[in-house]
Amino acid sequence: MESSFYFIQLLNGIQYGFLLFLMASGLTLIFGIMGIINLAHGAFYMVGAYLCYWLTGITGNLFTGILLAIPLSILVGYAVERLAISYLYRRDHLYQVLLTYALILIANELQSILWGNDVHSVPIPELLRGSVQLTDNQAYPVYRLFISATCILLAAVMYWVIQKTRLGMTIRAGASNREMVQALGININWLFAIVFSMGAALAAFAGMLAAPVNTVYPGIGDNILIISFVVVVIGGIGSIKGAFIGALLIGLADTFGKVLLPEMASMVVYTLMAAVLFWRPQGLFGKV
Amino acid sequence: MSEIILRTEHLCKNFGGLKATDDVSLEFERGKVHAILGPNGAGKTTLINLLSGELLPSSGRILFKGYDITDARPEKVSRIGIGRSFQKTNILPGFSCLQNCWIGAQSCLITSMRFFRPAKHLRMVHRRADHALQLCGLSNKRNQIAGTMSYGEQRQLEIAMMLATEPELLLLDEPLAGMGTEESQQVTALLKELAKEQTLILIEHDMDAVFSLADRITVMVDGAELETGSVEQIRNSQAVQDAYLGHDEEDAA
Amino acid sequence: MHTVTRPIIIFLCLCLALLLLFPMVGSAFYTGLVTKIMILSIFTISLDLLIGFTGLVSFGHAAFFGIGAYLLAILFGDLEHINYWWSLTLTLSLTGLAALLVGWLCIRTSGIYFIMLTLAFAQMFFYFFFESPRFGGDDGIFMMNKPEITLATRQLVDLDNEHDFYYFVLAWLVGVYLFLSMILRAPFGHVLIAIKANEQRVRALGYSTPHYKLVSFVIAGTIAGLAGFLEAAHTSFITPAYLGWHESGMAIMMVILGGMGTLFGPVIGTFIVVLLQDFLPNFTEHWKLIMGGIIIFVVLFLPNGIAGLIYSISNRFFSRENSGREG
Repeated sequence: MESSFYFIQLLNGIQYGFLLFLMASGLTLIFGIMGIINLAHGAFYMVGAYLCYWLTGITGNLFTGILLAIPLSILVGYAVERLAISYLYRRDHLYQVLLTYALILIANELQSILWGNDVHSVPIPELLRGSVQLTDNQAYPVYRLFISATCILLAAVMYWVIQKTRLGMTIRAGASNREMVQALGININWLFAIVFSMGAALAAFAGMLAAPVNTVYPGIGDNILIISFVVVVIGGIGSIKGAFIGALLIGLADTFGKVLLPEMASMVVYTLMAAVLFWRPQGLFGKV
Repeated sequence: MSEIILRTEHLCKNFGGLKATDDVSLEFERGKVHAILGPNGAGKTTLINLLSGELLPSSGRILFKGYDITDARPEKVSRIGIGRSFQKTNILPGFSCLQNCWIGAQSCLITSMRFFRPAKHLRMVHRRADHALQLCGLSNKRNQIAGTMSYGEQRQLEIAMMLATEPELLLLDEPLAGMGTEESQQVTALLKELAKEQTLILIEHDMDAVFSLADRITVMVDGAELETGSVEQIRNSQAVQDAYLGHDEEDAA
Repeated sequence: MHTVTRPIIIFLCLCLALLLLFPMVGSAFYTGLVTKIMILSIFTISLDLLIGFTGLVSFGHAAFFGIGAYLLAILFGDLEHINYWWSLTLTLSLTGLAALLVGWLCIRTSGIYFIMLTLAFAQMFFYFFFESPRFGGDDGIFMMNKPEITLATRQLVDLDNEHDFYYFVLAWLVGVYLFLSMILRAPFGHVLIAIKANEQRVRALGYSTPHYKLVSFVIAGTIAGLAGFLEAAHTSFITPAYLGWHESGMAIMMVILGGMGTLFGPVIGTFIVVLLQDFLPNFTEHWKLIMGGIIIFVVLFLPNGIAGLIYSISNRFFSRENSGREG
């Protein structure tokens, strides 16, 4: 039993890491390119989870629910960028923290007005409901494999966009040197709007994928927000690669921490972060 | 030959593949004005940043009065008596002139980790700050908020802040940068005044100012020392003319 | 850099007089509420030392508040007689030590990293208390008795008496205010304020700026611990929520709304925010929506807070009096 048990934990850790990566990749790009510290990123996760719950309930199918929720969450991201974040580009980090903190309060209240304070569950579609038998008494749910597969696919697409396309080139240039992008005559408003709404959509998508596993409840975005910050800080601000490695590290540390040190599971993550930063204050792949 | 106050030995600084400072070995004499000339990108500011501890060299040594200060950080360098001014005006814009100099002057305390008596009561600090302002001709502006002064005055304050630390050796990074003729003359006069008693290492683009101020000149090209000598030597050096003087005029044109 | 001008001093004395008189007219409930606000004010003033005077945006300052409170409850909660002097000394020195450790790690970074790191450390402490059944877990921890303030067997203040507690906290608030204004006027404070304005230049002038920032961090953390100590003594009940990042966020809000970079601003901010928190739920269950709106308003239109407003008003009306003064 031992080895297959750990294997399942390994799969769980990787799957959690992938979800964190979806959160953290947007967050790190918003940091790196726009210079914005966005506390409201967890709110997008929450928006995604609730949209998924709502639309799945209406359409009766998770896939159509998600397909409808994605454009909506991009729209939400765009609206937030235009209506709030765009006032912050020249402001001190302090005010960014404060304003995006206010956005969390507002988002949580709107959620409570729209959907109430109950815990909701989202049904897994028939197709993905089974589980894979690993040993006689250990099985692994197919839906979790589906999450991991989707995340890998998405990560591959992101890699392709960032490495191979013109937009990706601009994003890379922006992450390494913000002034340069402006000097190159690229429309910075347009770039910021794209980066922000895509980041928001990725966070929301993570929320949608996780909704059937974790249920949907008020304040769902708060906890994952802080963990995503830890991922970004460990990986180095502005580095997608760092976000990926950091997310997997944290995903595994958290999962195994819960198994091996249940008394202080959540502290494992923060201790890991402190250790990494003690060794490299700029994060694993951050620039000095 | 008089005392060598600062010496660099085979100083190198690489940024990635770029050699910003390439095997620079220089000697600076006490009481002299030593100017460093060179076209843009010759590595003059990098050199100053190495000397002041803002950057750490990739290899080589820096000796101040015989002590190795190669690895010293900016605060240490300042404390042992090397002051610097910045090319890009680097003042505390929300503070008054006096307060700007105050911070410089207060560094004469062994430590500023003093929590009880008001700083105002420190007469010595007051005197030093006032003296620095007076030297730079800013006494009548002492209560003006630095950010509201003219560009030329801010450049003077930049120097005054450094003087308030009462350094033995002054590193001046383009003190005349971006100034009008009149302001430029004012600051040149100030530098002449300082040169009477102090040791100056001066980076400057303005040739006339350099030739009128300097005792010795080092010309740098591509991070390396091209030639060092007296004003006359440099003026007449063919190598310098080829590498820099003609070059610069083309640039200017 | 703000100077405390004569009109401001008069204003502050008026406020102090109001606070002194309040328990004589206010109900027991409001006396308790104002006590709580003054305790929180001590906390937000200490945060202002970091944000407003040193330029360190700490997003985990609530951790030290919580640590101070928990230390009192854990170390002394079961005792029948709690010696005030001992418990205070031990609580503050241990909180200071925690601030020294956290600060030492965080000061090496700056900007966004510093914000995130302080947040993450606060979360670490939060989960430490949240997940440890020994310290009450998420239920929190009770204290049986309040510290006894005695000097040579004579009781000086009776903390079980709400009025006494009120004046006791008020005395601490005034004490912390005076202490901080003293260190800010001293050479140390001058360096801090200069670091906030331009750290690179201050380094080049011969100051080891990380040391100054660290000392500032430890002082702020210790004062936050003091506020936590008072809170634990006041409510006799501590939960992990005290350390949560929502608390740190609200504390930043109080500092900004009141006006950072002044010592009285955070007190004003704390009064307004806590009174709103007390008042708004009477109107609507979704009062946090209004709170969010107020925060956005402050960020966009009142970045210098109410103290900034007071300064511009007092400068307009009394400009002749304070021209030519500096300090």
